[in-house]
Amino acid sequence: MNSEETTVAGQRSPEERRIGVYVCHCGGNISDYVDVKRVVEAVKDEPGVVVARDTIFACADATQQNMEEDIAQYGLDGLVVASCSPKLHTVTFRGVARRAGMNPYQYTQVNIREQDSWAHTDDPDGATHLAISLVKGGIARTRLTTPLEPLVVETTQKALVIGGGITGLRAAIGLADVGLEVFLVEKERELGGWVGRFGTMYPHDRSGHDLIAQLVAEVKRRANITVFTNAELMAKSGSFGNYVAAIRVNSDLPELIHVEVGSVVVATGFDTYQPEVGEYGYGIDGVVTLPEFKALIDASSGPLVYHGRPVKTIAYIYCVGSRQPGANEYCSRYCCAATAHAALQVSGLDRGVHQYHLYRDIRTYGKYELMYTDSRKHGSVYMKFPDDSPPAVARTESGTLIVTTRDTLTGGEELQIPADLVVLVTGMVPRKNDELMDLLKLPVGTDGFFNEIHPKLRPVETVVDGVLIAGACQGPKNSTESVASGLAAVTQSAAILKKGFAELDPLVATVDAAKCTWCEKCIDACPYSAIEKAEVAGRTVAAISPSICKGCGGCVPVCPEDAIDLRGYTDAQIRAVIDSMLEEPVA
Amino acid sequence: MSAVAAADVHEKHSGSVPRILVFSTNNISDPGIDLAGSQHMHYSAGVEVISLPCTSGIKPSWIAHAIDQGFDGVFIASDGDECAYLPDCAKRASRIVGQAQEMLKERGHDPQRIRMAAICSVCAEPFTRQVQQFSAALAALQAAGAK
Repeated sequence: MNSEETTVAGQRSPEERRIGVYVCHCGGNISDYVDVKRVVEAVKDEPGVVVARDTIFACADATQQNMEEDIAQYGLDGLVVASCSPKLHTVTFRGVARRAGMNPYQYTQVNIREQDSWAHTDDPDGATHLAISLVKGGIARTRLTTPLEPLVVETTQKALVIGGGITGLRAAIGLADVGLEVFLVEKERELGGWVGRFGTMYPHDRSGHDLIAQLVAEVKRRANITVFTNAELMAKSGSFGNYVAAIRVNSDLPELIHVEVGSVVVATGFDTYQPEVGEYGYGIDGVVTLPEFKALIDASSGPLVYHGRPVKTIAYIYCVGSRQPGANEYCSRYCCAATAHAALQVSGLDRGVHQYHLYRDIRTYGKYELMYTDSRKHGSVYMKFPDDSPPAVARTESGTLIVTTRDTLTGGEELQIPADLVVLVTGMVPRKNDELMDLLKLPVGTDGFFNEIHPKLRPVETVVDGVLIAGACQGPKNSTESVASGLAAVTQSAAILKKGFAELDPLVATVDAAKCTWCEKCIDACPYSAIEKAEVAGRTVAAISPSICKGCGGCVPVCPEDAIDLRGYTDAQIRAVIDSMLEEPVA
Repeated sequence: MSAVAAADVHEKHSGSVPRILVFSTNNISDPGIDLAGSQHMHYSAGVEVISLPCTSGIKPSWIAHAIDQGFDGVFIASDGDECAYLPDCAKRASRIVGQAQEMLKERGHDPQRIRMAAICSVCAEPFTRQVQQFSAALAALQAAGAK
């Protein structure tokens, strides 16, 4: 059923189009500032417009029904709704078009609320002119739409999970429980990742080791999960919904195992920041990173002892390797809470330990604030050092470890803290995984972590359809947040795979073979390998695979022959929108 | 378009607020611009937005066309480093702006009529500030041209 995008025959010319325009009051959200009736009056005679109405709420069921009736009665083949942001109701009005038998890709949403009435509450006349201009632009764009059909792709009801840490394990269990066959690939010999090495962790005061053991037991109970440890993804072929993954199990064996999967969940986790020798005294005996300190706590059942010496005073230095201009500029988010939790653990082991926390800013967000407060109640002292004057660590000739700092909250006077142990509160850094990035074409942000499409709106999707990311490979997350994103990836996978087919947006790039001279510039512009050489009527030209193209349009401006267009954003449409907007003067 | 004709187009708008075409992006900067409206931040009603999937998909000729036809300036609310499609989006966008500026010079327009800034999905205040500043700069450009 893998059908290519098709255009429907019998399309009217732009001059003959029959377009319905609906301008929404949005209660008063728009009409309190935009003269909606004036907008309707100004656009009703635009070429192609056969119906123009104002409506109190365009999204109301009754209005949607009226639109459907208009589409049928007037034979509309274009729809313009001027209301709120397209982020809110594109799907709603595409649904109206579809139900009424109109092609949903011949509908245009014009944003006259967020980008007009609400931004110009001080200028009603200007807002009205702007609305007219924007609606005229929307009509011009609609005149040049072509009927498009989504790409329908059959999907294999199997999923590949890369990474057997807490995120990958939980995702694998979730995927199996929605009825998908799951292949879980872990690079190490053992499942569990970072969490499997930890003892008691925040926020639930449960042992990481026990949590992982429980998850592994759950994985083993499910016959539809196949686990490959000591394994790596070596190749990926096929396209959305039907990928073939080649897995090498045990690097000594040349054979690859090939599995067909519909989606891929990448949960490859993080690495911890490793300070340079000399950075805040790292390398001096008694200066350790947060993970090293955590291992010391987990191995202790009584008062802490480090290298045979009792630990009675601890100085924590925060933000080591995080929030550093020119280096890791991001906040690692988990480390403040993890340190407050570690301090509470230390207090539990030995109430007599003095603990000094030297911080830039404490970010124990949400309920983790309670841990911060609790650690203070147990004697932890927090001191804020200036950004431009971080603490210095040195071991004196007498062998004492000294931390020199300033506390800005008590006058900024220089303080010297003798410490038995200095803990550098290090954060998460992206795990180096160039091969996987290259194989899956995963986009990476400037921070080095994998990039989702949008952190809030589409938090586990990547621009590569069917390839999802979850956990700390996206950026610093604690175990709870990692599991939540793993479950989001499960939901997203289920949405893609459970129906047995998926629809892809047809707004992809196309090549006008008559104009193309096969200069190959577009090939270099596409990191997704969506463009290939093709023979058309005896000429070598570029051809774009609609199922691989991500619809970014990055190839469009590099074509010297103007032979590439992005559907929905064609050269003719953008120019027409610009021209039509300018027909309306500004106030 | 000749330099004289280019001046004519923009003289037509002198006295009114500068008209700015914004190219935003569906996933990154357009939500930021929406947020500015949602927070009722005010900027000139001469600012009009066309949203695209990615900044790297803007054709320099669209920018030149917009100025030729009467927009006083084009502001590119770019994805910056947050582009989900292309890791080198910022570099590509900068190349597109460079090409568009060359086109403007050839057509007798001031290349300062193009401005670009990275606008994220919550960059309501930076967007408002950027277009206000750009609007003021274009007004000054118009005033200088009128003299």
